[in-house]
Amino acid sequence: MFHIYCPHCAEYREEEEFHASGQAHIARPLDPEACSDKEWGEYLYFRKNPRGIHHELWVHAAGCRKFFNITRDTQTYEIKEVYKIGEQPSVVAQSGNSK
Amino acid sequence: MSDLTVAVPEEKVASTKAVVMNQVAGPEVRAESPLYHADLDSLAKQGPRKGGVRLRENKLLGHLTLRCNPNNADQLAAVERVLGMALPLQPLTSVEKGDVSIRWMSPDEWLIIVPGLKAFDVETRFRDEMDGHYSLVNGSGGSTVLELSGDNVVDMLKKSTPIDLHPSEFPVGKVVSTVFAKSTAVIRRTGEKQFELVIRRSFSDYLWLWIQDASREFGLVVDA
Ligand SMILES: [Zn+2]
Repeated sequence: MFHIYCPHCAEYREEEEFHASGQAHIARPLDPEACSDKEWGEYLYFRKNPRGIHHELWVHAAGCRKFFNITRDTQTYEIKEVYKIGEQPSVVAQSGNSK
Repeated sequence: MSDLTVAVPEEKVASTKAVVMNQVAGPEVRAESPLYHADLDSLAKQGPRKGGVRLRENKLLGHLTLRCNPNNADQLAAVERVLGMALPLQPLTSVEKGDVSIRWMSPDEWLIIVPGLKAFDVETRFRDEMDGHYSLVNGSGGSTVLELSGDNVVDMLKKSTPIDLHPSEFPVGKVVSTVFAKSTAVIRRTGEKQFELVIRRSFSDYLWLWIQDASREFGLVVDA
């Protein structure tokens, strides 16, 4: 059970108020028509599944209904940091560990 | 149904930026609240008058959802002109003046509750005063307000929501949108032992049954 800090409500709430929405920082291709099938397929379907540090998109579904990012260790479940959309994580995986 | 829409004079259309429909044409039009079928009025007359939890449905109020830019001073000033008080910009806070109240719902969203027959007037004034990109949606028919109070009201709520209700964490005036039983509710503390729940119409029957069950050990008093 996570105790998650919502950066918009500015307080901790129980996990049942939130939904995980998968990997964070997936940029939509600016010109989808110019994508190859491979590029578009990777954008739509291919996701990282790291052991360790992972940047995830979450939504405060039952609360303020805003999205934000969480850096989480998938091995220990520890939440390392919470940051807003548009911001960059300060905790990142050691090189070679994130794929 | 055509007599429910209010014809707006032509010169008025020019000054307002959108046509607003009066969803409640007047007190003479029959309206049923989400808990109409529970016949709370009869329960208030015939039911027990002593108990740890008291419930009242504050029915048929005007529920207006405002979305605007909290960094736009013109919009903030316009809201103040219409409602007579400033939007609460601090997360999880609310303000109340007379029969109008505003709840912070999200960084760019507020729930305004006004008397049901005042909603059209408030909506119309918003169209006149507000500038820029914003939205005001009348969702009155979609939800209702429950007033819960009593010595055991916190004990009952604790069974229903994961929110920390201790006064140090949840003072009077604080408002949260959260899970309640297997539904959701907007919970606001209106007194030391008094709370206001804004609940969805489609879940109102389920929550009414849930609250009766959760209050059984303390005794439930229904007020009209
Ligand atoms: Zn939130």
